[in-house]
Amino acid sequence: MLQGKIFDIKRYALHDGPGIRQTVFFKGCPLRCWWCHNPESQSIKTEIITREMKLDGDSYYEDVPVGRLMTVDDVMAEVLKETVFYDESGGGVTFSGGEPLLQAEFLKALAAECRRDNIHTVLDTCGYANPETVDSVADLIDLFLFDIKLIDEERHREYAGASNRIILQNLRRLAANGHKIIIRFPVIPDITDTDENIAGLIGLLHSIPSMNEVDLLPYHSIANHKYLQFEMENKMKDAQPPSDERMNMLKEHFEQNGFSVKIGG
Amino acid sequence: MSERIQRLREQSLNAINRISPERAVLVTEFYKSDIAESVSVPVKRALAFQYILANKKICINDGELIVGERGPAPKATPTYPEICLHSLEDLDTLDSRPKVSFKVDDETRRIYKDLVIPYWQGKTIREKLFSSVDSQWVDAYESGLFTEFLEQRAPGHTANGGKIYRKGMLDLKEDIRHSIEALDFFNDPHAYEKREELKAMDIVADAIIMFAGRHADALDQLAKKEKDGVRKREMEEMAAICRHIPAHSPRTFHEALQYYWFVHIGVITELNPWDSFNPGRLDQHLYPSYKNGLESGTLTEEWARELLQAFWIKFNNHPAPPKVGVTAAESGTYTDFALINLGGVKADGSDAVNDLTFLILDVIEEMRILQPSSMIQVSKKNPDRFIKRAAKIIRTGFGQPSVFNTDEIVQELVRQGKSLEDARNGGASGCVESGAFGTESYILTGYFNLVKIFEITLHNGVDPRTGKEIGIRTGDPTTFTTFDQLLQAFKKQENYFADIKVKGSNIIERLHADYLPVPFLSVLIDDCITKGIDYNAGGARYNTNYIQGVGLGSLTDILTSIKYNVFDKKNFTMGELMNALDANFQGYEKLRADLVYHTPKYGNDDDYADEQAVRIFDIFYDSVNGRPNTKGGVYRINMLPTTSHVYFGSVTLATPDGRKAHEPLSEGISPVQGADTKGPTAVVKSASKIDHIKTGGTLLNQKFSPHLLDSDDGISNLTSLIRSYFRLDGHHIQFNVVTAETLRDAQKHPEKYRDLIVRVAGYSDYFSDLGKELQDEIIRRTEQQSF
Repeated sequence: MLQGKIFDIKRYALHDGPGIRQTVFFKGCPLRCWWCHNPESQSIKTEIITREMKLDGDSYYEDVPVGRLMTVDDVMAEVLKETVFYDESGGGVTFSGGEPLLQAEFLKALAAECRRDNIHTVLDTCGYANPETVDSVADLIDLFLFDIKLIDEERHREYAGASNRIILQNLRRLAANGHKIIIRFPVIPDITDTDENIAGLIGLLHSIPSMNEVDLLPYHSIANHKYLQFEMENKMKDAQPPSDERMNMLKEHFEQNGFSVKIGG
Repeated sequence: MSERIQRLREQSLNAINRISPERAVLVTEFYKSDIAESVSVPVKRALAFQYILANKKICINDGELIVGERGPAPKATPTYPEICLHSLEDLDTLDSRPKVSFKVDDETRRIYKDLVIPYWQGKTIREKLFSSVDSQWVDAYESGLFTEFLEQRAPGHTANGGKIYRKGMLDLKEDIRHSIEALDFFNDPHAYEKREELKAMDIVADAIIMFAGRHADALDQLAKKEKDGVRKREMEEMAAICRHIPAHSPRTFHEALQYYWFVHIGVITELNPWDSFNPGRLDQHLYPSYKNGLESGTLTEEWARELLQAFWIKFNNHPAPPKVGVTAAESGTYTDFALINLGGVKADGSDAVNDLTFLILDVIEEMRILQPSSMIQVSKKNPDRFIKRAAKIIRTGFGQPSVFNTDEIVQELVRQGKSLEDARNGGASGCVESGAFGTESYILTGYFNLVKIFEITLHNGVDPRTGKEIGIRTGDPTTFTTFDQLLQAFKKQENYFADIKVKGSNIIERLHADYLPVPFLSVLIDDCITKGIDYNAGGARYNTNYIQGVGLGSLTDILTSIKYNVFDKKNFTMGELMNALDANFQGYEKLRADLVYHTPKYGNDDDYADEQAVRIFDIFYDSVNGRPNTKGGVYRINMLPTTSHVYFGSVTLATPDGRKAHEPLSEGISPVQGADTKGPTAVVKSASKIDHIKTGGTLLNQKFSPHLLDSDDGISNLTSLIRSYFRLDGHHIQFNVVTAETLRDAQKHPEKYRDLIVRVAGYSDYFSDLGKELQDEIIRRTEQQSF
């Protein structure tokens, strides 16, 4: 039976698309962004971590797996629990990760099931997948949250661990095929938040018709403890989040360039 | 906010609670008089009311627009020795207790010692009550199985209908006269009692007119001396208002507010009914005079706003009357819950939201005071902008307004046999209690400790805290081989205590009916005049008694834990579990961690746990619902704790959900504090699995960080969450919007947070006035985070 590797299902997700949503986090990602705030999602392998439980000042430790194999029915059983909230809020399901397109068959089966049940679907993607894979899923997705991080290919290689060529190609093709897309731009001080990169991004978006919505996602250090927990190298451990003033300035800048902008999505 | 309102608001916030002996003195003087000895009980009560209103000090505060105080000054709080008598020790306790103290001066102590205590000792309802109920009732009461509402306060819990806005007291006197004339002494054996009751109603109607007249006289006197021309004219107008209402029906917005306020003071002077009195559907009642005023140019929106603000302050001047003895533990704080209803539907079922609804929401936001409390009734017919406006007040973190489901309330009331129109004119009062406003007496009889009943089941009828056998023998649970056996044992035990509670209430409410009828409240509530029967004796059109189940979340987790760990997974035996409980988990820390972290819990939309909630609910419902009361109505259930879950927890030892001895139980139908880990949608789903429509109210508390609500999207999502819960027939939801950090800081530095109001359980209170235990609990309640 078809199974996918899922590392979390989050209810009452409010920032992963319109309305009240349930977000299904797929495990495994082709990129290695320095600022990744779900580092536990990067490897497709199930890892075991030791979790501390505190009770009355005592600590108890237990090993818990990160990532479990689930069938489409398993996931849908969770998804369908929230139908009333999707109906009232115009919400639905968001596939996120990790990178859902790494498990394209499973993603396709889930999205098809949602389509059958009339549930709105969002794909939160880094766009790094081969074009045939993207095409095979695209018609089952109602809205793409498409990450664009760096325009310069070399810098993309350095900070995200791969070329961005295929990503930009996928973006253009999805747009050309009439899919609804919101661009998500992570604002990482001194890395993505440079005048050159922002000018490049705006230029790119202007070159694609129908690109008019941008979510600005400010970097936050919320994942620092996860890097420790997973014993992974944290290249950003001293980085500071962008200031509110900076975020508002960027918002205004994108708005002046004709985009409708949200901070935080 | 005008300078005047700012000043009055500050005055009210800064006024110090005091015990005023005024009412106790007047009622004692009257009871000692010859006339009191020579008349029937209802007439005696009416004359006592008249005597108090004729002789109490008239208080008109500087700059006030709405006049009338229950005591001689704001927050000077009377006592009700007819019901319960404060001892000198009680007065000392009130004076010195750290939370919500009431100052008691030497003069008051002297009056109590020389006059009040000698007269009332042995004559109070409280003493009659304890000598009338049987020993099983006393045992259960002392073990903390239930509380008794009517032991220190009068039956009340009622909300005003629209009648007073159509009829003045002179009109009501006409109605009373018709009822007296219609009495049939040839065929009605109760005609005499009815005539005495109606005579009493007639006396109190005159008394309230006289009381308003005394205010008019005082205002005229003040106006004569006033140098400021504007204020002088204001007082002359107010005097004219006090001469028109309550004798006649109100013609203007100002008259309508002042009329209600005299009625309010009347009800809470007559006795100390639960939750004082409730203005009910204020935006509906006041709308005609508001609209007329604006249209005729006699009222501006600004003046209406100022009058409403002045009205708001009057509520805040009246703390709940303090209790006696150990009952302070039952209710840690003292506010009366005058819950103003906004929105909902009209009698014809159409959307009731109007311009005044929004003006009153503005007033709630600007005033930011504890009393009156406020709520919005949300029907599917109401527009989203109404909920969103209220959500913007909710997010400021002062705990108001709470949110109710009109369509569900109407279904509850119609299921209980009310007419559709009466149901639509109803709403919720107190914390979350459904009622038909102006036509129903719905009496809360006491909180019912479901968890303690289960604890007694686990000990085969014995209260492990005292070692006393107070229940029935339902078997030694370590010998049970199935979960169902345990459940059946609990059911028998629960039925036994429900019987005891109902029997006690059937005695207690007769004491109130026989000794302390309330003719003034009876004038206000239909159909007391038509029937010639007192509110306390079944005069209202509908008469419902409620028992309040407490600890649903805790007991669900307890049953789930036993089913999961003992019967299904066989992680340990019942005997091992009992040993751990007896030891309060000392030496069983790992087992406790498993109970807390590795056992399914209510509040996560997990059927394995939630189905136990449904079973408990059904057992409780079946044992209570539909049993007759003494007033021609029936008993029903609701699920709310006020603060009794803290008291009930304090008398309950360690429980199989990992809760340690004496810690609070869960409140309302909310999950155990910290047990819900899947967010508010999961909580809402779990909470909607019980059948709310079979209750008279349920309470669901959700704590929200302010950041969840700081954008328009956040407000929209909250609106959707509310709509979703209500689609699932949820009755009520309220939101505590505050961060745990803020609360911790407030605990450390109460002086910096004097205005910090939090939702406690169906009402709001100043955080700094809460006991530490309750403060800790509010901090612990799951903070819903979203990244």
